Amino acid sequence: MADLHFLANPARFRRFSQRVLPGLSLATLLSLGVGLWLALLQSPPDYQQGETVRIMYVHVPTAWLAMAGYALLAALGAALLVWRHPLAALMARAAAPVGACYALVCLLTGSLWGRPMWGTYWVWDARLTSMLLLFFLYLGHIALSRAYDDAERGDRAAAILALIGVINLPIIKFSVDWWNTLHQPASVARMGGPTIDPAILLPLLWMAGAFLLLFVLLVLVRTETEIDRRRLEIAEQNA
Amino acid sequence: MNGFVALLLRDLRLVWRRPGDVAVVLAFFAVATVLFPLGIGPQSNLLARIAAGVLWCAALFASLLSLDRLFAADHEDGSLDLLLLAPWPLELAALAKCTAHWIVTGLPLAVLAPLLGVAFGLDGESLLALAATLLMGTPTLSLIGGLAAALTLGARRGGALLALLALPLCVPTLIFGAGAIEALAMSGNFATSLAILAALALVALATTPWAMAAALRQAGE
Repeated sequence: MADLHFLANPARFRRFSQRVLPGLSLATLLSLGVGLWLALLQSPPDYQQGETVRIMYVHVPTAWLAMAGYALLAALGAALLVWRHPLAALMARAAAPVGACYALVCLLTGSLWGRPMWGTYWVWDARLTSMLLLFFLYLGHIALSRAYDDAERGDRAAAILALIGVINLPIIKFSVDWWNTLHQPASVARMGGPTIDPAILLPLLWMAGAFLLLFVLLVLVRTETEIDRRRLEIAEQNA
Repeated sequence: MNGFVALLLRDLRLVWRRPGDVAVVLAFFAVATVLFPLGIGPQSNLLARIAAGVLWCAALFASLLSLDRLFAADHEDGSLDLLLLAPWPLELAALAKCTAHWIVTGLPLAVLAPLLGVAFGLDGESLLALAATLLMGTPTLSLIGGLAAALTLGARRGGALLALLALPLCVPTLIFGAGAIEALAMSGNFATSLAILAALALVALATTPWAMAAALRQAGE
């Protein structure tokens, strides 16, 4: 953590991000390109799901990152409330819509996959429902952080919400699981190794890495925008 | 503790002097519930099946209705600033406000719900389960709603935002509250659901007062 403290200063963060961004953009573009090639052309169709298995290469990484994104919001919220890092607030503001988009992409691809596989776009299944609730938690965070004339007040309120949300997320997940289970159980991260064939697992992990890079890239660019926006606001107030 | 009791009594006295506020919430609960048979149709077996879910959802909305005034009135007339300056913890003050909210909404809702349940054709045991789960579950709703009220204090579009924040967090309570009646029909008892509702209430009790106090301090700055 101590190593990250030097980034708390927005000006220093800017210098850091501007050095990183060109390489990161290139890496994201390349890994997404290779990942899509692996996922759409190179990997075999599933023996049961056929070609629709390719939707998974987008669906699963976005699901993972949507969940990780909320944990990031909570960590940034803690950093804001405990250390009053000015950058944490801006980054949370930048990351929340990205996380919400990932959750939405996960839901949309899931329902496209559900149509041929389950015969319906939407079932009230536990995993779908908890992802939908995660999406609503993101919406609440976004709406709250932008609901005040005083931006800092919104940032801190949203930080508290993220912390309470991350405590409640496992409870919501558990209760929704209890409520209904139809979705297939987790098949990658589980005891005794993955049950997925390597020919499908490799592109999946590659795509997860590519989506992670995309997530980081979007958050960095949006954080820079937030810094600029905050500077403009302050300049306008002083003018 | 004296401060807790004093604040609780003050809030109850305020409601006592203007009982219309509570009556409106209860009337909303009754009207919202009655709309469901009108919208769905009068088949009594269908209504008995959806009764618990309908009553629980209506209770959830009703308890959210009065929440946006929970801290707003104190914020406007300056009482909140005094609470912030008071020598006893703000967490207790927030808890006292939520307790008062529960006594004037959660408790009457739990009493009224079985009466409406009769109209939906629930049997005696289910009515008892409905009242018991509402008694156990509505404190959680008041605490989570109180947190949402504290977070949105002074925000633009407060009411709708409050609902957007509170409703996803209330999902576990709703699931186990309404699920209890289903569990009763399946296995003959609802003790498990009641125990989980109690656990959810304890988690809310252990986390929300601190978050509420933090949010109120920000509002007071």
